[in-house]
Amino acid sequence: MGTVLAVLEQRDGTLKKVSYEVLSAARQIAEKTGDVVHAVVLGPPETDVTGLGAYGADNVTLVGDGRLELYQAGLYAGALVESVNAAGSTAILLAATALGKDLAPRIVARLGSALASDVIGLDYDNGIIAVRPVYSGKAIAKVKLSGAAPVVSVRPNAFAPLSDSRAGEVTQVALGEGIVARSETVQVKEPATATLDVAEASVIVSGGRGLKEPENFKLIEDLVAAFGGDAAVGASRAVVDAGWRSHAEQVGQTGKTVSPKLYIAVGISGAIQHIAGMRTAKVIVAINRDKDAPIFKIADYGIVGDLFEVVPKLAEEIAKIKQS
Amino acid sequence: MKIAVCIKRVPDTETRIKIADDGKSIVEAGIKFTLNPYDEYAMEEALKLKEAAGEGEVIAIAVGTDSSQETIRTTLAMGADRGILLRMEDAPHDVLATARILATELRDGDYDLILFGKLAIDDYSQAVGTMVGELLGIPSVSAVATLTISDGKGTAEREIEGGVEVVEFALPAVITADKGLNEPRYPALRGIMMAKKKPLEVRDVSWDSVQVELLSLELPPARAAGRIVGEGVAGVGALIEVLKSEAKVL
Repeated sequence: MGTVLAVLEQRDGTLKKVSYEVLSAARQIAEKTGDVVHAVVLGPPETDVTGLGAYGADNVTLVGDGRLELYQAGLYAGALVESVNAAGSTAILLAATALGKDLAPRIVARLGSALASDVIGLDYDNGIIAVRPVYSGKAIAKVKLSGAAPVVSVRPNAFAPLSDSRAGEVTQVALGEGIVARSETVQVKEPATATLDVAEASVIVSGGRGLKEPENFKLIEDLVAAFGGDAAVGASRAVVDAGWRSHAEQVGQTGKTVSPKLYIAVGISGAIQHIAGMRTAKVIVAINRDKDAPIFKIADYGIVGDLFEVVPKLAEEIAKIKQS
Repeated sequence: MKIAVCIKRVPDTETRIKIADDGKSIVEAGIKFTLNPYDEYAMEEALKLKEAAGEGEVIAIAVGTDSSQETIRTTLAMGADRGILLRMEDAPHDVLATARILATELRDGDYDLILFGKLAIDDYSQAVGTMVGELLGIPSVSAVATLTISDGKGTAEREIEGGVEVVEFALPAVITADKGLNEPRYPALRGIMMAKKKPLEVRDVSWDSVQVELLSLELPPARAAGRIVGEGVAGVGALIEVLKSEAKVL
């Protein structure tokens, strides 16, 4: 019996929501191969890794070391390769987050294995079969990974967390000696008000040029606030290029590709490169004054009208529902 | 400062993708190909660093077919000193195979800095640059939005979820560029004229072992036709209703 390794991500000693999705994806492989799911967490010794059996982990290793509090590329990659070698892994799964996208290629290069990035679907048939968007979602590739210890990074929101009842027994190990770091993360600068990243949000409200002025993004922020903690602000390329919003919020081919439960496009016409980044949203709503805007062709529901009137009203109604 | 910038020829962002009859590739006829947008940031940063140092050389390196020569010329027109095309007829779907080809080329090149775009907008793997750093055994920082280099050391800032990571490293190093790193310059007419005379070396390369096999390429499932639920403020009530009862997302 082999092992499917699920690499879980912590921030400030708390596991991120996407970690449970990684466990779910690992479980999907393990059900086909008969392997056990082994969760690995790299973080400070006090990281809470209890209760992971409820999400599908058979056992859990915490590589606990104060130096692993922030993402340290060399230490993380070194520690992970040791875990892989110890577990004899059928596959290694992690999240396609900022951390995962940096870490995955490092371990692949060190192990000489196969990589599939930003995966939205998984199967197993004498090897991992991974489904991943390419051309930023304008096409979907199905690839088969061969060789030892293939690595898969899964897109946030693509795999729903499981409800399971496994042992999830925790072992804490020390960071291996002799692991070399070639760079050092010296700090993480956080904004004054914490915001949810657009790639991780379940609800995204995106604004485009239809907002006319950067200050009018307040309308978007108010609607996001009405949804509560699981929503984030998105932006079209036009408004990012104009300097209204930061690139971190850009959705589309030179921004982020997202798969939220609900995507609300406000004053966005729907350029090909934008649609590519959000077409895998479960439900798309468009609010635009131009009834012929291309965004209405891919939206599930649309309101034709003046966003300056529609959006505040929508925020008011959403807030009522959330408060009830 | 000797700086390599690894670049890729990709379909323009406004391209509509059509799948070829083999079910594994796209129809290239009629597509406008360009320099990968993130590679523009990498190239601009290399040129700025060379200009700031007052000396040095910027070399553009591409892996691809002969048509990539045109893409290399674009970077020569921006200001790169020379180009190298590592020519192959059929690109591997295994990003590690590509990284190995580049690492072999770069290993003994005595580069102070190797720059990449953070990802290629066709394959979307966001992996090759970081892999090259690992294969060469030198530091690498990916998706960098701010870069400072001085006295053989560097500081890079990269955006992470809800924050910015600050990373320190020593040269030589690999950096992959994110949008926001700089404002890429447009090639001036003089640059375009000069580019024609700059050296562009073409060398044939091949890849052997690949562990990623492309089974199929498809268009994403078409979204079922949606509908306009209302006009203006009057539509809000109807929208709330369908989001609740039909889409069940509220």
